[in-house]
Amino acid sequence: MSIIARTGPGRFGVYGGQFVPETLMPGLSELERVYDEARSDPEFQVEFHALLKDYSGRPTPLYRARNIEREYGGQAVIYLKREDLNHTGAHKINNCLGQVLLARRMGKMRLVAETGAGQHGVATATVAAWAGLECTVYMGEVDMERQAPNVARMEMMGAKVVPVLSGARTLKDATSEAIRDWVTNVDTTHYIIGSVVGPHPYPTIVRDFQAVIGTEAREQILAAAGRLPDQVVACVGGGSNAIGIFSGFLADDGVELFGVEAGGSNQGHAAALCLGEPGVLHGSYSYLMQDDDGQVLPAHSIAAGLDYPGVGPEHSHLKDTGRVRYDTVTDAEALAACADLARREGIIPALESSHALAFARKLASGAPAGRIILVNLSGRGDKDMSSLEGAAHE
Amino acid sequence: MSEAALRLDAFARERRDTGGKLLVPFLTAGYPDREGFSLLLEAVAASGCKVLEIGMPFSDPVADGPVIQAASQQALDRGVTMRRVLAMAAEARERHGLQVILMGYLNPVLKFGPEKFAAACTEAGVSGLIVPDLPHEESAPLRALMAERGVALIELLAPTTGTGRMASLGRSARGFLYLVSTTGVTGAGGPGDLTDTVARVRAACDQPVCVGFGISDPGTAARVCRLADGAVIGSALLRRVAEAADPTAAAAAVKEFLTEVRAAIAAQGESS
Ligand SMILES: Cc1ncc(COP(=O)(O)O)c(C=O)c1O
Repeated sequence: MSIIARTGPGRFGVYGGQFVPETLMPGLSELERVYDEARSDPEFQVEFHALLKDYSGRPTPLYRARNIEREYGGQAVIYLKREDLNHTGAHKINNCLGQVLLARRMGKMRLVAETGAGQHGVATATVAAWAGLECTVYMGEVDMERQAPNVARMEMMGAKVVPVLSGARTLKDATSEAIRDWVTNVDTTHYIIGSVVGPHPYPTIVRDFQAVIGTEAREQILAAAGRLPDQVVACVGGGSNAIGIFSGFLADDGVELFGVEAGGSNQGHAAALCLGEPGVLHGSYSYLMQDDDGQVLPAHSIAAGLDYPGVGPEHSHLKDTGRVRYDTVTDAEALAACADLARREGIIPALESSHALAFARKLASGAPAGRIILVNLSGRGDKDMSSLEGAAHE
Repeated sequence: MSEAALRLDAFARERRDTGGKLLVPFLTAGYPDREGFSLLLEAVAASGCKVLEIGMPFSDPVADGPVIQAASQQALDRGVTMRRVLAMAAEARERHGLQVILMGYLNPVLKFGPEKFAAACTEAGVSGLIVPDLPHEESAPLRALMAERGVALIELLAPTTGTGRMASLGRSARGFLYLVSTTGVTGAGGPGDLTDTVARVRAACDQPVCVGFGISDPGTAARVCRLADGAVIGSALLRRVAEAADPTAAAAAVKEFLTEVRAAIAAQGESS
């Protein structure tokens, strides 16, 4: 018998739920109520979409990468959804712009966030500066080192970056610390979670704010190619950029969807969906990397934004239903894909997004002529320069 | 309801009805190490406490502050597993006659298998269970499973819990209600004035109420017990263990501290 009830708040199949301390439950109810009102409030939608356009620069372009098509074998047609061209350099800003408007509706004066790659931290610091709110970002010490430029950006915009020294000192530990802050300051503070993870209603809210990626991409590819893509590929850390682009194509049965997790190296992996099993971490029931005693295992990925042992509950459901296929790409394959895009297209992708590119290369090799592959280029790689230089010297 | 849950229900109620207060110490299983933990059990029993909360270590304890996080990590580093936790609970029950409440996060229970876990709890003589990341909305299936085996799933209430919600929690709660003293994690700054919160709980629920989180000294425990039926002390106790030179000194410090707290609670009872 499972003690995870199939019915309950925020289920995706059996996954999701609200596994958090009692102290947070009223805060989650408030968020749910305010989000429900906002979602159906035309004024909210107008303000959100105006910010996406005028502040972040949406719609982001859809770019046909002909050089990389040749590099990948010449048969497949490859489109990149350029989320790297957003203000702040990744898709994370989409979610943060929506959530800061929710924070304002709730009258919260302070934002907290966790960050791995620093992209979500930067996006949160950005919207905090814009809205005049106080901002604290928790970041594992290991990540502060490997994503140093993003720490400097957050501080420049007035955020306080708090190093997290517990556990593996990466994203999982930063998330635990952000939750502890929120438990303590729930009356004054809104927690902007950075992916489609956490307790209900977060996975739904973040998905809805990221759905703009899929909505745009669907229109753009119909305009550019005259038809839907055959395959859509995105990297999966918590899964927000993936859900964002998939949401535009979930109802199109003919479009194959691929989520790419971090296969890591001999130091470990971060493939919760491919190699984990269901469990509870950070407020939701979902696939999880854990040992035989139910302790959460440390993850490993060269991409700090994928270096997380859990995954969003909707992905767990999409895995079980078979609508999305999940696979892995190693650190080395991601590094190679990053270098290829830089050299062939003059675009330096984030190491997270490079996982999607590396998988697209596998799909493209041996593909029939004319197959259309759409890759979500979730972010740019400026933040990764020290990791990239380090890898080049090895 | 079977024997153990009755035991905790009846015990807590009887205490309350006779004006007695419940001091519930919290220890992390296998901390500071296996032998050291046994010494701490002896110290708890020798101090006169009747109920003990034993923390089941977890890698990601989001409701815990630095002291319990560190204790939990140290226990895990020393190889504490669920099986060993249950053996330690049995030791507390059988050797020292303590009523044992296990406190731990949901995932290790899920992984162990909830039915197997419930059976093992009965076998170890466990009276109660606290799962801080299993709120009321999600707790019904586990509560039923544990109740079948005679183990009380204790519900947590927080200062942020609305009065209507308190009433619905009270309807299903077993053993006693655990009132979290502040919005925050374990070991955080002490509770403020709980008069209103406790009054709200009393109005909405009829179970005995114990207060925990941030109760760090005898005076605070006594103040809390003026309003509530008991107090839970965790971080303050584990801090004494962490600061002691060795496990024997830790046990002595725990016994001394709990004795002081009990005296302070008793003195406040007499003066009121
Ligand atoms: C550029 C980029 N892509 C992807 C991710 C992974 O997150 P998600 O799976 O939520 O898209 C991150 C996270 O930091 C990121 O910075």
